[in-house]
Amino acid sequence: MRIRFVSLIFLILSFAAPCLAQSDPKPLINQLANANFKQAEDIIGQIAATGDARVVPALEAFAEGDLYARKADDVVFITTASGSKLALVDPLTGESAGEVAKGAMTKIKVNNNLRRAIRDALGALTLMSPDRNARLQAANTMLAAPSEDNLELIETALARETDGEVRARMEEARAVSLLTSGRSIEEKREAIERIRNYGGRDAIGVLRGAYGSIDASLQPDIDKAIGAIESEIALWDMAQNVWYGLSLGSVLLLAAIGLAITFGVMGIINMAHGEMVMLGAYSTFVVQDIIRSSAPQLFDWSLAIALPVAFLVTAAVGLAIERGVIRFLYGRPLETLLATWGISLILQQAIRSIFGPTNQEVGNPSWMSGSFALGGMNVTWNRMWIIIFSLSIFFALLVLMKKSSFGLQMRAVTQNRRMASSMGIRTPWVDAFTFALGSGIAGIAGVALSQIDNVSPNLGQSYIIDSFMVVVFGGVGNLWGTLVGAMSLGVLNKFLEPWAGAVLGKILVLVLIILFIQKRPRGLFALKGRAVEA
Amino acid sequence: MKISVKLGGVLLAAALSTTAFHGAFAQEDTIKIGVLHSLSGTMAISETTLKDAMLMLVEEQNKKGGVLGKQIEAVVVDPASDWPLFAEKARQLISQDKVAAVFGCWTSSSRKSVLPVFEELNSILFYPVQYEGEESSRNIFYTGAAPNQQAIPAVDYLMETEGVERWVLAGTDYVYPQTTNKILKAYLMSKGVAEDDIMINYTPFGHSDWQTIVTDIKNFGSAGKKTAVVSTINGDANVPFYKELANQGVKAEDIPVVAFSVGEEELAGLDTAPLVGHLAAWNYFQSVDSEANAEFIEQWHAFTGNDKRVTNDPMEAAYIGFNAWVKAVEAAGTTDTDAVLDTIIGVTVPNLSGGYATVMPNHHITKPVLIGEIQADGQFEVVQETPAVVGDEWSDYLPDSKDLIADWRKPMECGNFNVATGKCGGKGS
Repeated sequence: MRIRFVSLIFLILSFAAPCLAQSDPKPLINQLANANFKQAEDIIGQIAATGDARVVPALEAFAEGDLYARKADDVVFITTASGSKLALVDPLTGESAGEVAKGAMTKIKVNNNLRRAIRDALGALTLMSPDRNARLQAANTMLAAPSEDNLELIETALARETDGEVRARMEEARAVSLLTSGRSIEEKREAIERIRNYGGRDAIGVLRGAYGSIDASLQPDIDKAIGAIESEIALWDMAQNVWYGLSLGSVLLLAAIGLAITFGVMGIINMAHGEMVMLGAYSTFVVQDIIRSSAPQLFDWSLAIALPVAFLVTAAVGLAIERGVIRFLYGRPLETLLATWGISLILQQAIRSIFGPTNQEVGNPSWMSGSFALGGMNVTWNRMWIIIFSLSIFFALLVLMKKSSFGLQMRAVTQNRRMASSMGIRTPWVDAFTFALGSGIAGIAGVALSQIDNVSPNLGQSYIIDSFMVVVFGGVGNLWGTLVGAMSLGVLNKFLEPWAGAVLGKILVLVLIILFIQKRPRGLFALKGRAVEA
Repeated sequence: MKISVKLGGVLLAAALSTTAFHGAFAQEDTIKIGVLHSLSGTMAISETTLKDAMLMLVEEQNKKGGVLGKQIEAVVVDPASDWPLFAEKARQLISQDKVAAVFGCWTSSSRKSVLPVFEELNSILFYPVQYEGEESSRNIFYTGAAPNQQAIPAVDYLMETEGVERWVLAGTDYVYPQTTNKILKAYLMSKGVAEDDIMINYTPFGHSDWQTIVTDIKNFGSAGKKTAVVSTINGDANVPFYKELANQGVKAEDIPVVAFSVGEEELAGLDTAPLVGHLAAWNYFQSVDSEANAEFIEQWHAFTGNDKRVTNDPMEAAYIGFNAWVKAVEAAGTTDTDAVLDTIIGVTVPNLSGGYATVMPNHHITKPVLIGEIQADGQFEVVQETPAVVGDEWSDYLPDSKDLIADWRKPMECGNFNVATGKCGGKGS
């Protein structure tokens, strides 16, 4: 009822001069200084009921937790931190009111309930705002909270709206509000049709909610609409699952691709592989830390800068490990396993001593945050970039292996060491650089994984098993096998997960792999020919 | 050459995974206490902080003259996140190092592993982490929260203040979340929540791909009823979980998440701006405004030499446990286990939120429950505080244990007294 009142007031106001405002919001805002959460909710309603568009910044600041009361006289201001002090701004006029020490002000506390109340109040106040995004957000708010009280307000706004997307949202908001109103059956039938086209789970919720109270002649329409939306959702769910599977697969691919070289191509059981990923993630952290303190405007480029850094750091560590330890152990897999496992513990503890045992914060650049809707699917930007990134690394590596002379030497050495040596290839150095390349790629993977996982000394451990699983499943020594293996394990996992749960799903995947390896010990894409026997 | 390199690697590996660090060599006139926290392996992330906190508490106490006129010496061992190794290290601390009491453990698995050792060798363990309850031992003091000091008040808050009607109970697949969720489910159903409105979901340790589960939560929440997530997700898995929530746009105003294992320390690895409003329930937050807390934070920053280090709830529990032990030893005039067990019950020491904690006969303590909302700066803002609540070891909401109580005062001295049958010995140890 209150909202209808707001709407009516607003209708009047939007056509009349603002000076007609019936009550001054200023004393209301100042009342917030001593209000508890319950009282504050009432006050927000009253502030919104003034219909005065000048209160919008104050409400927004309240939701952000930037509204403070001066201890001396309980006058409320919008504040921004400026050094150790707070800069005060009048909540209505926006005029600066000087700076004071933090101790002189009390923050006006806000909780989820109040944020929700503020959002609803802002929805009604900004539906006719000159800012397109504000209108779009307001329409979305109305869409999420259908109420017949909003109907007239939405219709007025709709008559003036020119922007296509905002109009569509408003039409939908009108439809959901109309369904429970006292409008004619014809109008309601149209509304059901519109909600059906809008689709999604929320639409089903709205339709179900209206089912009981609506005229019986419309119930078959609703049933039909719900049926149509449900079959649509089932299709999109399938697509979403495949997407999630590919996304999980790309993470597996990233983790495994360096191992595909060190283990797949060179045959070294490298237990320190996960720690290379971890070093890559820490390189990202260090790069971001330096950027934050010395050149914050470059933050969105931090990952691009971190890539070469991570590659060089981990490649150098890899080179040192190969020259220092592994080269003495070629042909003795068990001892290599133990030695590299020892190295992995040393690296973990070293990082723990330098950076501490706790997680380090690696920020997401703005282009890797948030999500967008693709039909009925929700695609998060970071996952999409990771899929693109892992595929580009994969193909770059493939080109390097097949087309460059280093790749040729690498393949020659792994296939027939003595022959390659007699052709003048310096096999020890090829070994060293191949291992460094594999480590460097693991480091690059760490840059990407730092965006979705913890950056802690344990980061690598969680990926080592998965990496070996992918490489063995895909077929040792075959890059394509790693790609197909990673993607199929990802998709399989994501189809098992909704059905069996995350814990059982993971176990089932492991069991399936074991059975598969029994049948095909060399994995999906087994290498054939003499090289295998060597 | 080859052999030495190989051996070197293996030995280093072995050494690193089991190294025990000892403090200064024993002097005759010190009182020794054991610190049993993992400094390596998966739990090091949480437990190393507690080891530092214990060393700080010992140092502060020694500045005040120690206890019984003697200096306190901390013997630090590293059980390396390995549950059987916890029992071994506990045995070593008690039998070889002759410590007067041990402060340690984090996971319930490690506590269950050392419990028989402490009972057999009759020593004392102070356990500083919130846990699932359903246990009471003569030799263990539980200074963290029992479910009624954390989980149930948090659910009450969501029900009353936010009007939540539909619940997702999401947890890591091990004993603490399983038991807590069992209690919560029974509690919610006793409050009239339908079974259809409760979704329970478990994930493996260190789970990092939350896409499907967050989507499930969103779908579950789009049924038209106000929905909330109660998270008992453990340590490392939280960061990817919250990142996924933020990226998929799950806002606290729509579907709030209340967590029992996420504190200041866990948030340190996250950009919290998109998470403002999600909740945590603890008995202490760093942002608590009290004199004792300000002093504690200052000591902590000075001790670690890093003024960015955060404090958290288990540190407060360690603080209370340590001070209660000191006070009980002073009262008993000896560090003898039986004497201390006698005097410690009823001991009251200040907590960090401006109140007092009393050690109860069931070896749990009184604690206020604070509900906090995550802020953009990685701290929590308290939105509700209850008066002190007594820890309830046997849940009143589980049919098996609702008749059980623990009372370790003489002459009862029973950890599982059944009030229905009037006999000691219902369930558990």
